[in-house]
Amino acid sequence: MAKHKTPLLDQLESGPWPSFVSDMKQEAAVRAKNEKNIEYQIPQDAVEDLLGVLELSYTDGTTHWKHGGIVGVFGYGGGVIGRYCDQPEMFPGVAHFHTMRVAQPAGKFYKTDFLKNLCDLWDFRGSGLTNMHGSTGDIILLGTTTPQLEEIFYELTHKFNQDLGGSGSNLRTPADCIGEARCEYACYDTQDLCHTLTQEYQDELHRPAFPYKFKFKFDGCPNCCVASIARSDMSFIGTWKDDIRIDQDAVAGYVNGDFPPNGGAHAGRDWGAFDIEKEVVGLCPTECMKYEDGKLEINNKECTRCMHCINVMPRALRPGKEKGCSILCGAKAPILDGAQMGSLLVPFIEVNKEDGYAAIKEVIEAIWDYWMEEGKNRERLGELMKRQGFQKLLEATDIKPVPQHVQEPRTNPYIFWKEEEVEGGWTRDVNEYRKNHLR
Amino acid sequence: MELAEAKEKIVEALTKKAKSKSKFYFNDLSKILELKPREAKKLVNKLVEDGVLEYWSSGSTTMYGLSGTGKQAGAEHED
Ligand code: SF4
Ligand code: SF4
Repeated sequence: MAKHKTPLLDQLESGPWPSFVSDMKQEAAVRAKNEKNIEYQIPQDAVEDLLGVLELSYTDGTTHWKHGGIVGVFGYGGGVIGRYCDQPEMFPGVAHFHTMRVAQPAGKFYKTDFLKNLCDLWDFRGSGLTNMHGSTGDIILLGTTTPQLEEIFYELTHKFNQDLGGSGSNLRTPADCIGEARCEYACYDTQDLCHTLTQEYQDELHRPAFPYKFKFKFDGCPNCCVASIARSDMSFIGTWKDDIRIDQDAVAGYVNGDFPPNGGAHAGRDWGAFDIEKEVVGLCPTECMKYEDGKLEINNKECTRCMHCINVMPRALRPGKEKGCSILCGAKAPILDGAQMGSLLVPFIEVNKEDGYAAIKEVIEAIWDYWMEEGKNRERLGELMKRQGFQKLLEATDIKPVPQHVQEPRTNPYIFWKEEEVEGGWTRDVNEYRKNHLR
Repeated sequence: MELAEAKEKIVEALTKKAKSKSKFYFNDLSKILELKPREAKKLVNKLVEDGVLEYWSSGSTTMYGLSGTGKQAGAEHED
């Protein structure tokens, strides 16, 4: 028997999709039965009370959570988010119900025993409810009490070899696509870069001193599987400098219908014979492709590396050989308003494992210095860029303006020179001037 | 700047404002110390380690306060 009646939540289960309400009810029932004889360290009926307080929020149309507080583990200013229920007498099981963010492994590779042990830990010391994964990418453990935090942290770091993630005004848990491990489009080793920078910037991850949150995301190619261009203050997107590699025999294979286009995706329906003109050449956004006399040609100078043609004919087309990444800045994706895509700051940078990614770190650190000094409280990098202009970002990072930075033709007819850009500067010799110009 | 001097400046400034405010942004602290953020961060970290300051976090932002002065469960806008 459920502890609280939840008629409104029950309705959420009636739709065609899997429902988180059903998941929660299942966990509540498992905890009530406790067949594994777990010595629950937080109230056994926590999930029942969570359903209860959620039902109450649907009834009265307001939240009953207080977000935030002074909780954490020693030495860390992030990774734990205090949650307190403002109706603790009605729902004592969730009076204290903190969230923990745990860094996910690069590329989200897990072994099943890791996941099993993690679930066991969370059944024992938390609510048993998780969110795999949160929108930043980390493992979210939902609901525990303050005395459990250090215990969980100890277990995670000593037995799971896993760290807490970022929260608050920190570098957030960096996230990457699966990259070279499984994907031949990858233009650099996303997992290594993500992992290396995570280790390098431990202080930024755990000790908050930024004006607001800061996210890194790593995509191996412009397909952007972790949506870095939309969701990170600094996104690293794999790209190439030279020409797309073309295998003309494989192109012919696609045209003859020997290979299914798009790697066989969208195969649930008969779309008719493959039409290279219509499906590839005609959809190239920069119209830089041509298919004539059985030969595919690409004017690579005009190619924006949108990946479309490569995605459709992966056997025939491959990214070039001179690979690296582009760095874009200033994206953010708040739910309510102000979503913004990243702006291109570095068109091409080498991703060099050998020297510890020195060139990339230099850009990152210049940006942090700039934002930490100029950013207002709770101002994301993208907002600072809007407020002060892209030019300031170029100055702060000491990057020369290039045509790729231009977003649109200018709307201001004036050009403002700085003194150091003008020969002789602003000063003049008045006596010299008076020789030719009477008062 | 020496740690002792930083501690004195911070404790004095935050105590003065304690009636109206218990949580401060990192920027406020670097202004009190009159240091660049990176320099200030080293000292502020040390003060947290020593238990002079403590973190307060809403999940999206982090603020700092003198240990023991803030409300454990205060929400972001109810200072
Ligand atoms: S972003 Fe590109 S490289 Fe990374 S997994 Fe997706 S398609 Fe592959
Ligand atoms: S990657 Fe995109 S822009 Fe470049 S040739 Fe292919 S379709 Fe055209």
